[in-house]
Amino acid sequence: MIEARSLTKVFRDRKRGEIRAVDGVSLRVEPGRIYGLLGANGAGKTTALRLLATLLRPSGGSATVAGYDIAAAPERVRAHVGFLASSTALYGRLTAREMIAYFGRLHGLADATIAARTARLAGELDMDEFLDRRCEKFSTGMKQKTSIARTLIHDPAVMIFDEPTLGLDVMSARAIVRFVRDCRDRGKTVIYSTHAMGEVEKLCDTVGIIHGGRLLAEGTPGALRERTGTLDLEDAFVKIAGGGAVP
Amino acid sequence: MSWRDIFTVYRKELKDMLRDRRALLSMIIIPTFVMPLLTFGVGKVALRVTAKVREEIPTVVILGGEDSPGVVAELKQSPRLRVGVAPDDWKQQIADKKIRAAVRLPAGFEAGLRTGLAPPVVFYHYEGELRSQRGLQELEDFFRALRERTVVARLGDHGLPATLAQPFEFHGENVAPPEKVGGNLAGGFIPYVILLLCFTGAMYPALDLTAGEKERGTMETLLCSPVARGDIVLGKFLMVLTGSLAAMILSATSMGLSLAIGRALAPGLVSTLPRFSPVGILGVIGLTLPVAVLFSAVLFTVALFAKSFKEAQSYVSPLMIIVVLPAVIGMLPGIDLNARLALVPVLNISLACREMLSGVWHWPWLALIFGSTCAYAAIALALAVRMFKREDVLFRT
Ligand SMILES: Nc1ncnc2c1ncn2[C@@H]1O[C@H](COP(=O)(O)OP(=O)(O)O)[C@@H](O)[C@H]1O
Ligand SMILES: [Mg+2]
Repeated sequence: MIEARSLTKVFRDRKRGEIRAVDGVSLRVEPGRIYGLLGANGAGKTTALRLLATLLRPSGGSATVAGYDIAAAPERVRAHVGFLASSTALYGRLTAREMIAYFGRLHGLADATIAARTARLAGELDMDEFLDRRCEKFSTGMKQKTSIARTLIHDPAVMIFDEPTLGLDVMSARAIVRFVRDCRDRGKTVIYSTHAMGEVEKLCDTVGIIHGGRLLAEGTPGALRERTGTLDLEDAFVKIAGGGAVP
Repeated sequence: MSWRDIFTVYRKELKDMLRDRRALLSMIIIPTFVMPLLTFGVGKVALRVTAKVREEIPTVVILGGEDSPGVVAELKQSPRLRVGVAPDDWKQQIADKKIRAAVRLPAGFEAGLRTGLAPPVVFYHYEGELRSQRGLQELEDFFRALRERTVVARLGDHGLPATLAQPFEFHGENVAPPEKVGGNLAGGFIPYVILLLCFTGAMYPALDLTAGEKERGTMETLLCSPVARGDIVLGKFLMVLTGSLAAMILSATSMGLSLAIGRALAPGLVSTLPRFSPVGILGVIGLTLPVAVLFSAVLFTVALFAKSFKEAQSYVSPLMIIVVLPAVIGMLPGIDLNARLALVPVLNISLACREMLSGVWHWPWLALIFGSTCAYAAIALALAVRMFKREDVLFRT
């Protein structure tokens, strides 16, 4: 479960002055649901998700993730969250197995548990062939699988994906989409950011349109289309993001 | 603080570094080979050069002296000087190191010797140039002997004994044990190299574990873990410290070993190398420990600000000068430890090492140096932890 209440993040930049990257965002995601955060570049998606993953501290508002407050117990939150972004890379000089085990240990798991879960994840993700090779030589697909295994090793209740398909080829992107759906089916709470409309249509139970740090509209893909009187989500998005908040 | 987490981070970083060729180069290979190369390589070259200077007979020229044929002839006969003809541009030739020195015999010099008061002789030389100084020395020796002979001759003329001018003799004898002499000579140089290696050993891991990780995007991955930020810093810091200590201990050990091996294989060469007390070397290592902590923490903190390895390098290079400068000052003769210098980081270590290598143990000052360096190190480490908790440092755009 994720619950954000007026979450705000202000960056102070020497050149640009005060940037309200996330501005009063409130949202709620139930277990077994996928929430899609849809927005253009610079809309504030990454910042919002980093706040939920406690990589950044909020300037205002609050949020509860997996039952813990992000400001009061960030370490507890991280213990129950799997965070996957295109910016979360792998250690090139470690093998996939070592990488997964390292994060298992950082999550306080026992070696036996780590070994058992690695074996299971490697089977599910079809990783056995490259499990003991160093990550630096991996293809994008192999890296993606290893990253997924890394986020799942502690079996988190909440999954946060920040544009996970960015820069992936069609096959790898499809694999990710399938995996996100898997997470939902296992009852995890999922929040997913993207600027690709197609993915949102296919995946998300609820869509939030974010622009200039503010959540402008929220609803199922169908409801959003209906409200804006458009035929597809892309038109709905342009209408909402271009014309300010929809009543 | 969780020791398990700190150790988990440390173990991973150690494994990572041991698989990195560049890390091995700076932490292990260079420290192991630089000391023997320096002591034997540079030592041997230096020996050869000074020996050559000592063997060379300096060429000097005489200016004037037409009315002092006796002195000129004597100078020309001296086996320790090669007397040439003075060219017009003799000054330039001394500066160009073609002639070592010149001597001006004033008009009426020889006549003056006989009658009573001779006008002064002037030597011309190139201050600070090794070979010119040798020429000057030989000239001084020659004219000092001439003066003494003249005095003895004059005394004889008056029927007085030669001992009237020289009622007694004196000479100097070294009573300092060889390691003290060695400690004073090499004592500035050895801590300097050790401090430098201590710094360079910490440098690569400090940069790679901070700016390098940011650049490669693994820092964000690591921050996703529930481990407390402070524990991540300590784990990483321990790795940086390992690099520093590895460089220091390897260099000290390799030097000790190569001296021992050298003594067995080429006793002639090694006997010319300075000796210093082995306990002193242990003292140097003990005192360098807190410096290693200080260097590691400072490097870690500075590199943390950078977004890329390259940027970090440009921040760290000026720091190198801050380390080298006090260490070089510590090598200068005549600067001795006092209460104020004992508080100057790095310089205090340099000076104390020189004393310890020559077997001098000023315990109160050593305690002050050790204590102050520990305090500086603790402050730097606390700063590193604080910086690591700042998101504008970790997520700089
Ligand atoms: N660490 C930071 N410091 C200053 N400004 C930032 C920082 N991170 C993001 N921003 C700014 O905040 C805004 C939102 O960025 P971001 O959350 O990355 O958007 P998105 O992920 O939707 O592309 C942008 O204007 C960006 O420049
Ligand atoms: Mg983004």
